Amino acid sequence: MFLALRDLRFARGRFALMGTVVGLIAVLAVLLTGLATGLVNDNVSGLRSLPATHLAFQPGVDGNLFSRSTVDPALAQEWAKVPDIRAATPYGNTLAHAKEERSGKDVDVAVFGVEPGSFMAPEPLTGDPLGSREDGVLISRKLVDEGLKIGDTLVVERSEVRLPVIGTIGDVSYGHVAVVYAPLKTWQRIHYGLPGEPPEEAFKAATAIALDGEPGAGGPEAEVLSREDSYGQSPGYSAEQATMQMIQFFLYVISMFVVGAFFVVWTIQRRDEIALVRALGGSAGYLLRDAIAQVLVVLVSATAVGTAVGAGMIALLRRAAPGMPIAWAPGPIITAMALLVVLGVLGALAALRRITSVDPLLALGGNR
Amino acid sequence: MTAATATATGLALEQVTLEYGTGETLVTALDEVTLTVEPGEFVAVVGPSGSGKSSLLAVAGALIHPTRGRVRIADVTVSGAKAAELAKLRRTRIGYVFQSGNLLASLTARDQLLLVPHLSGRITAEDRARADELLEAVGLTAKADRRPHELSGGERQRVGLARALMNRPAVLLADEPTAALDRRRAREIVALLAAQAHERKAATVMVTHDTDLLEAADRVVHMRDGKLS
Repeated sequence: MFLALRDLRFARGRFALMGTVVGLIAVLAVLLTGLATGLVNDNVSGLRSLPATHLAFQPGVDGNLFSRSTVDPALAQEWAKVPDIRAATPYGNTLAHAKEERSGKDVDVAVFGVEPGSFMAPEPLTGDPLGSREDGVLISRKLVDEGLKIGDTLVVERSEVRLPVIGTIGDVSYGHVAVVYAPLKTWQRIHYGLPGEPPEEAFKAATAIALDGEPGAGGPEAEVLSREDSYGQSPGYSAEQATMQMIQFFLYVISMFVVGAFFVVWTIQRRDEIALVRALGGSAGYLLRDAIAQVLVVLVSATAVGTAVGAGMIALLRRAAPGMPIAWAPGPIITAMALLVVLGVLGALAALRRITSVDPLLALGGNR
Repeated sequence: MTAATATATGLALEQVTLEYGTGETLVTALDEVTLTVEPGEFVAVVGPSGSGKSSLLAVAGALIHPTRGRVRIADVTVSGAKAAELAKLRRTRIGYVFQSGNLLASLTARDQLLLVPHLSGRITAEDRARADELLEAVGLTAKADRRPHELSGGERQRVGLARALMNRPAVLLADEPTAALDRRRAREIVALLAAQAHERKAATVMVTHDTDLLEAADRVVHMRDGKLS
């Protein structure tokens, strides 16, 4: 790095400019990665935390299964008899709008209906478990952060079902709203959606049968999805992921071209010096190693600074705007930063190939 | 000592021909050139532009293979050597002084010299001592930490000369070393080049179109249309 470091110092203005661009791209990549992870959490953390390995939906339904599928809860008994299924229990999922009685505060919630005492019923972090009080619900920490507490009562719009808060669970959400766990019977009344006592059929509905175990052949006719595959059935999930991935992809491509273009210009500017070093007997390998070391110094330091700034911004955003779906995700962020460096080196390599084709004869005056 | 063994450590071109292009566009840059330079001998090659002076240096400096003929640098016959072997020969046996110094913009005067051993591997304490000794020999000890843009044209050319001597060259080649200098500085550089050639026993060839600078040379040969006379 004899030449690389001296050139970095001598042409620090030019390198600082390029480093700033790469650093800003790194900041953007960190924020986007945090946002992508945050959006995933916000959308499907409720599904991710389900103890079921698979969900058996209504067959023949096209897309958006969580809102469109309806199955008979009685199917759970049939599923329980299928080999390799350790447990099966009905599961209800519906989005609802509710008002807190005491404060009049409006909240959007995703109501998950499960049988109290089944493997799907969550352990409360504070308060009592499902079933200890009629229509009693467990609320996600997100609602606690918004000011709700045990003892409050949520009144669901339209169906006017009253839901006393009896306990809290961790920070889980579905479709960007907080999850509320309710007993299946309560869920069925919310799902029915009209005030008063619902008809008998309303109590023969669930969204899916939650399964613990990989179903082989022999179960009832159903659309069986693994828990992970079911994320795509959450409204907007696939579109959100595709959008974020496209933005990230373009960011990487832009960064590759910025780095590549800079080193093309830089290498052309250095052409006479490269010819001189080759005339002095420097090998192409010597110059390439030197140049790649220079690229790495610039990329790694710019990316590191960008990551630090991005991390700081995520911390600030989480404090200043708690509702913003942005998460600190070290794994994906490290991957993103490594990708920035690797793609930057690839972009630069395209430029550095020129080094090998510089003719040392250029160093002689008669050929200049 | 016979003449043959003496030239085995200098520079020898035997019936060297260098041609560019083919057919109608064929250019004969060097035409059957034969030149022998003893260690410590300072030969000036004079000729107008386009007479083939730079081609002579390119061939003598292992930058290019001649079309025909033999080139021997020190005890190495260049013919048939691969590009990597030529580069090694340039690193270890040949010193170049280029027009207007041809220094690297980001390096201090001392680093210009230290680059030469670095191209071959590591810079040793001995290399550092030699760099300081050579900077002193060309009178630039006080400006060792200056970069080219902080040096005058004559100072740059003296750094270039010191750099050329860094690898203890058997062959020292100077390409119009005075092109960018005024008359007084040009004489100083040529005198310095001659003194160093004699002192360090390098077979030295300087090409120039300036016939005023020849009194320092041990021998003057003239070049015209690729031929020596």
